[in-house]
Amino acid sequence: MSSWTVRVREFGLRNLPPERLLPDSQPAYMASAIYLFGALTIGALVTIIASGTILALKGPAWWHVQSIGHFFNSIHLWSVELFFFFMVIHLWGKFWMAAWRGGRARVWMTGAVAFVIAIPTAFTGYVSQQNFDSQWIATQGKDGMNSLGVGSFFNVLNVGQMYSYHIFLFPVLVIGIVSLHILLVRRHGIVPPIPLADSVADAAAK
Amino acid sequence: MFRGGRLTNAELNEAARHYDGPYRPYDIVKEVSVATGVVMLIAVILTILFSSPDLPPSTIASWSRSMPTDFVTTALSELDGTSETATYGPPYNHESGSVQQLAFIHLQQWLGVSHPVNAEYDLIIAPLRTIPDAPALQAAVTTYVHAPAKTQAAWTNAYSNALGKATEKQGGAVTVPAGSYGPVGPMMSSLLALAESGGLDGDLLSSKQFYQTDYTKPLLFLEDGSALDDRATYQHLQGTQWGMMNETGSYPGQVWLWLYTFWYQVQIGGLSTSPNVDAIVMAIMGVLSAAFILVPFLPGIRSIPRRIPVYKLIWRDWYSATGAPSKPPRTGDDAPALPSLRPTET
Repeated sequence: MSSWTVRVREFGLRNLPPERLLPDSQPAYMASAIYLFGALTIGALVTIIASGTILALKGPAWWHVQSIGHFFNSIHLWSVELFFFFMVIHLWGKFWMAAWRGGRARVWMTGAVAFVIAIPTAFTGYVSQQNFDSQWIATQGKDGMNSLGVGSFFNVLNVGQMYSYHIFLFPVLVIGIVSLHILLVRRHGIVPPIPLADSVADAAAK
Repeated sequence: MFRGGRLTNAELNEAARHYDGPYRPYDIVKEVSVATGVVMLIAVILTILFSSPDLPPSTIASWSRSMPTDFVTTALSELDGTSETATYGPPYNHESGSVQQLAFIHLQQWLGVSHPVNAEYDLIIAPLRTIPDAPALQAAVTTYVHAPAKTQAAWTNAYSNALGKATEKQGGAVTVPAGSYGPVGPMMSSLLALAESGGLDGDLLSSKQFYQTDYTKPLLFLEDGSALDDRATYQHLQGTQWGMMNETGSYPGQVWLWLYTFWYQVQIGGLSTSPNVDAIVMAIMGVLSAAFILVPFLPGIRSIPRRIPVYKLIWRDWYSATGAPSKPPRTGDDAPALPSLRPTET
């Protein structure tokens, strides 16, 4: 009976051998522009984290008082817009591919959860801006939170709490679920095309 | 197994488990690196072209200076317990003015008061008590606090009516006709002066500790007035203007919130005017989010991609290369074979 550490290593190698984790080839059907949007979403997430890290290093008020801070805040904002833009196209593409086929339901589900978690991650960023926009979003958003009792432990009017959620707790969740999503994609591979036999048979049935 | 029509979901599912066709060279590190570089470049270009919005926050000082009568009217509503904050309910107090529920589910009440705000004391009385060297004011506050509720109501009602005939001077005092307002008159004028000086902004943030990040009290006070509301209308941020998904100026905002905001526009069934609209919208979005995550298991929804064959566009090159589209339609036992498959399991 091997130790648990050995079993963990063997589990990892069995499910994600190096040639699957970092492949040097892909199925020939992976030849559409839609396949770019997953990588672009990751690229946007990397840009968000990089610009957010710089903003975090200098503190929450920096971007209001120095133009270089405002510059990095703008990069942070636009990379968030790009992140959602690319992710939505990626999700629509995967929907029309029925990409959950072949035991890939968890791949879809982790991608969908990433989208759902990204929404409060962005929301906490908007209410952490310390400007009029954050005042308005916080005062309006509080009613939604309070209506379900969430406001009792998630106070959108407390900028310190929102900032903590935004720069640590939610990013950990997003990065964690996106990492799991990517590992599952590597584990199961890119979903094959829907067999044309389906549509051929469908046409004949008309 | 074909049944003279479409493949079943189970058959489609099984067919997608393995692939034994041709492969092409691929560099995953290169793809992600190039994608990241491209996104960074786009973000920098957008930054150079458009920057990002940063409208200064409203303060109680700026509000009271530009709209002194509105400030005093709001302060009076905090004092007499008629403001939204004073009547809100959990998590701020035990009232019920903004308490929402879903049928028999009263989550807002069940979770209780976690951020207590006593509008009368926290927003009016306590700040007035911080004003030094004002014995007449402190005596007025004491008189008000110890007066019977009926007397307090008579004073505040009289002052409220008088505010309808008030004259104001921007950045200065609000003048009301003479009347029986008891101590309310000097209390309101002192509070206005405190607010205009910027002192009230600080007072509402103060706590038992030096550091503070909780803006619950000043934001609730500001929200009860018209300052935030007027700016939001000007910046097209109201709920009827698709609210929070918009951004100040002409910038794209939280566009991904469009479906949340959508429900606030729905007039059918009185949804948008329901006293429980926030709870209903959050519940709807919770259900839709769960459905979104569970698409692979939802009959009907999971079949949409094969009933509306967008996939033929996505994989058109593959279908063209494998020659499938040129073959005549066949059914039953004569149906074309699925692509040659091999296990991807190792």
